[in-house]
Amino acid sequence: MLDRKQITLARMHGGQSGTVIQIRGGHGMVNRLNALGIMPGKRITKISSMLMRGPVTIEVDRVQVAIGFGMANHVIVKLD
Amino acid sequence: MTKILLMGNPNVGKSVIFSRLTGVHVVVSNYPGTTVSYTRGYTKLGEEMAEVIDVPGTYTLEPTTEAEEIALQMLKTGDIVVNVVNATNLERNLYLTLQLLERDIPVVVALNIWDDTKHLGINIDLDKLRQLLGVPVIPTVAITSEGIKELVENIPRAASPHTPARTRNQRWAAVGSIIDKVQLITHRHHTWHEHLADASVKPLTGGIMALAVLVSSFMVVRFIGESLISYVLDPLFTNLWAPVVMRLSDLMGGGGFLHDIVVGKVISGEVNFVESFGLLTSGLYVPFAMVLPYIVSFYLVLGILEDTGYLPRLAVLMDTIMHRLGLHGYAIIPTLLGLGCNVPAVLATRILESKRERFIAATLISIAVPCAALQAMIFGLVGAQGGQYVAIVYGTLFVVWIILGIILNRLVRGFSPELLIEIPPYRLPPWRTVLQKLWMRTYGFLVEAIPIILGAVVVINILYFFGVFDAIANFTAPVVTGLLGLPKEAVTAIAIGFLRKDVALGMLAPLSLSAGQLVVGSVVLAMFFPCIATFVVLLRELGVVNMLKAAGIMIATALIVGGILNLIL
Repeated sequence: MLDRKQITLARMHGGQSGTVIQIRGGHGMVNRLNALGIMPGKRITKISSMLMRGPVTIEVDRVQVAIGFGMANHVIVKLD
Repeated sequence: MTKILLMGNPNVGKSVIFSRLTGVHVVVSNYPGTTVSYTRGYTKLGEEMAEVIDVPGTYTLEPTTEAEEIALQMLKTGDIVVNVVNATNLERNLYLTLQLLERDIPVVVALNIWDDTKHLGINIDLDKLRQLLGVPVIPTVAITSEGIKELVENIPRAASPHTPARTRNQRWAAVGSIIDKVQLITHRHHTWHEHLADASVKPLTGGIMALAVLVSSFMVVRFIGESLISYVLDPLFTNLWAPVVMRLSDLMGGGGFLHDIVVGKVISGEVNFVESFGLLTSGLYVPFAMVLPYIVSFYLVLGILEDTGYLPRLAVLMDTIMHRLGLHGYAIIPTLLGLGCNVPAVLATRILESKRERFIAATLISIAVPCAALQAMIFGLVGAQGGQYVAIVYGTLFVVWIILGIILNRLVRGFSPELLIEIPPYRLPPWRTVLQKLWMRTYGFLVEAIPIILGAVVVINILYFFGVFDAIANFTAPVVTGLLGLPKEAVTAIAIGFLRKDVALGMLAPLSLSAGQLVVGSVVLAMFFPCIATFVVLLRELGVVNMLKAAGIMIATALIVGGILNLIL
């Protein structure tokens, strides 16, 4: 069960910050996201998302990363 | 010879360090992909020469992409690693560093983009970092070559601390503990260019910016290209070269087989640089005075777009649309390259992960993305009939790009992975690398295109002379005349399109076509079949079977669209 402060990256609003708590995906996806610095325990800020299930842009460690919508749906974040 | 490997994450300035070390001209860009095919060079290490290899950018030694696999293969062949690290993002970069230190190879760390740490409020304790890593750490600013000398001096001091192998989680924990000890970050406010950076990936502001960037790029390309033609190259040809060619024409008797190859047809007592079709007339005028100006202006603007870091943002904005075409946003980069030349564009489709994406992207590029040479001729010939006809050509190609993409997305099996890219900060493009790149690309055009253009002019004249084209023209007349509404001689132009599309479009000039016919001719020529250079890379990248499929799609699309245009116009 997700508690109320836990949502997927895809559903966060622009400007919201939080901490990644889980990546629900296969080894390959976890590996690709980790390589870009996105892993459980990381603080992230959502910058924006494109309309119509477009990619999500976040900032992690002062670097911006764009993540496809489907992938962003598998990243669980605990809001501040 | 000692083999030095330059390794690091993408976007850390690795290629700039490479060109500083070797002095060799290389393509340096803000987006990964250009270094997937690696570059090598040589540098002096004390008294000895050493080989330097620019390894494709990689985030990890557990490969997640094709480029990272190549990087891993190359690591096994090297003697020393220069690990280029982005000082403004130490945490993520150190993961690769720790992986390298677990290997049995000496490492020296170049802490690049060092100058940015100060105004970003990042404080790094260098001595402590050296001590914790157990290897030399040299701060560098590759763009200004600060620290490069110290880096070279320290390459022989590279060390291998042989840290025991860790699991992924242990390694990230180790990174975290190093960061805690060496890095201190002071809070600061967003700068104006960071606000601009954020605005460029939001739907509304980003969309407006993308439109503004693309429209102004197009206008600058046109302005520079047109100015070079009207104020420099056309006057040179008309005032200086034309009298020389006319003298030569008189000397050669004003006609005959050899005369027609060298000078071309004399039309109402004068040479016509577009229509005469001799080596010294069209053979020089088309590449130098019609195409070259647009090559220069297009690649100048593209180089600036690449090096400011705008293109990954465009990829984010285009992602939703590109998904409808079975691609993801990153495919916009090969597509833009295709507006210069389809050859590097097809090669650049390698940055896409799946076979399916590469097939769709390569097919769409070779059908619906006209190269700069062809576009220059479209502007020159079709534009003379009125701007609206140029707009029809572009509009048709764009609609075909979208519709064909949607169809291919439905029909081609396989999956298309999702977008996942780093968006580098905006940077002022370093003029040195912009101009270097412009020169390399322009030089590449001249070396590859001029011999083919001159060869094509000779071949065309010989084939004309022996009546080969008349035979082909009569044979294909039903399709060309009946379906496309073009005079049967136009088939020769379409056939020559296999050699060079700019020359081919030039061949339509003497046929005195109507504006509508020129539009049909340009569109069919753009879509029908790739030029020989593109054909070769398509064959290599797609394989024979998929190339045949792509070719079938091209011919069918060209005939259908050409036929429809003929009915409408």
